[in-house]
Amino acid sequence: MNNRPTSFYAWMDTRLGLSDVLAFAKKKTVPQHRHSFWYYWGGISLFLFLLQAVTGILLLVYYRPGPEAYESVRQITYQIQFGWLVRSAHSWSGNLMLVAIFVHMFSVFFMKAYRTPREFGWWTGLALLLLTMVFGFSGYLLPMNELAFFATKVGLEIPGSLPLIGESISNLVRGGPEVSEYTVQRFFALHVVVLPALFIPLLGLHLWLVQKHGNAVPPSEEAKPAAARRTVPFFPNFVMKDLAMWLIALNVLAVLAAMFPWDLGNQADLLKPAPAGIHPEWYFMSSFQVLKLFGAWFPGAVGEGAGIVLFTLGLVLWFLLPLYDSSSASGQRARRATWFGFLALGVLLVTTIWGYANL
Amino acid sequence: MNDDTATPEAADAGNELGRRGFLKLAVGAVGACYAAAIGYPVYKYLASPAEAAAAMSAVKEVSLKDADRIPAGTALMFKFGTRPAMLIHHADNTWVAFDAVCTHLGCTVQFDPAKGHISCACHGGEYDPTTGRNIGGPPPRPLRSFVVKVETGAVLVSRA
Repeated sequence: MNNRPTSFYAWMDTRLGLSDVLAFAKKKTVPQHRHSFWYYWGGISLFLFLLQAVTGILLLVYYRPGPEAYESVRQITYQIQFGWLVRSAHSWSGNLMLVAIFVHMFSVFFMKAYRTPREFGWWTGLALLLLTMVFGFSGYLLPMNELAFFATKVGLEIPGSLPLIGESISNLVRGGPEVSEYTVQRFFALHVVVLPALFIPLLGLHLWLVQKHGNAVPPSEEAKPAAARRTVPFFPNFVMKDLAMWLIALNVLAVLAAMFPWDLGNQADLLKPAPAGIHPEWYFMSSFQVLKLFGAWFPGAVGEGAGIVLFTLGLVLWFLLPLYDSSSASGQRARRATWFGFLALGVLLVTTIWGYANL
Repeated sequence: MNDDTATPEAADAGNELGRRGFLKLAVGAVGACYAAAIGYPVYKYLASPAEAAAAMSAVKEVSLKDADRIPAGTALMFKFGTRPAMLIHHADNTWVAFDAVCTHLGCTVQFDPAKGHISCACHGGEYDPTTGRNIGGPPPRPLRSFVVKVETGAVLVSRA
């Protein structure tokens, strides 16, 4: 029993250089301190993305875009065995992925992990978050039910309110003046071809940068003398803990997907009025509420325009953070940047809760 | 089963290895449970249409409405369960029905009244149109034949 696996391993190792990878993984270390818990959230996001890919491919086996979209999702949900579970797992893991990315982003923010030389880690990460939100928006339409129909209709009104070019942008994205089978077809192309083609290389770059620069430590750790800082080997210690977190994420997903199966709803109908209490998914709730508030405070299109400008400005500031947070670049605690983070988190949370309370 | 694998190791190197062996086995067993809990739904999900088709092809009899009116010397293609089948109304007013899947490599065969046989375009297989017997080309077996009952307004085709 002992000889064959060893010689098989040796045979593979000579050809693939497995020992080099293993030796590297054993030499690589990960910082260990009281904020280390937050290091797992990037990995959890990655795991949930992998689940998105697997369940997405399974849905692709039966899903038909275009005029038959709703019918094919109905078949997946009610006729294909375990189809309800695959669909539910896809929807739930998409939502959980966004939760994990938000946690990851704010933990990176508060640990100041965006500082030199990790600016591109911050930028690629934000781009991945935005792409994930576009994934969410485009995937939401694919079942072509009432909620999806109105969410897309409303969502595309936002670029539509831009002066001059707004209307033609919206029409181009929609494939016509109304959300129709053309919209589903192009959102499908976006969701399963264009977005993955952008997301995967960007994810590769993001992961390469994490590998290149290593895990960042927060300023409180940097202040300690080198001898007082502790690390654990990447392999097997950190990898095992990472996998344990993946297992927890898988269990949470299994419980949610099985206990709370994702609803199919009614087929979209151009002539039916919007159902009462309709609202966007939680990750668009904040912007929804801000637009609603600005619409109430300012007359007509001015309110929406102001809301869009404010949100875009906030996003740009958030994006450029590594460039102007100079005090923490020099290793100080940078209270101003921290307050900006709390403000951003606060605005997101308050407007989201406000949005739900107003339904 | 735990004891079988753990005992020799424990005897070899004391308690430590026995515990390690047990842990490996437990992790393996839990892993297998997860693999099964994920693999089974995925298998059933992918196999759904095949299972539905198997249920459909379990039919014993097909009633072809108005098929009694097809002219003599022609054939009618129909589905028996999920498979293509062929009803032939011969010039001598006899009726036969065959499974229309070539026994060679599964192409759908056609009735050729001019040549007086059933042929397969894929590899040149030929069958006798009255018995379904393989009479030329590569097919190894005759076409499966059905029992035909002609009624007014319908033709009943059932398994032999």
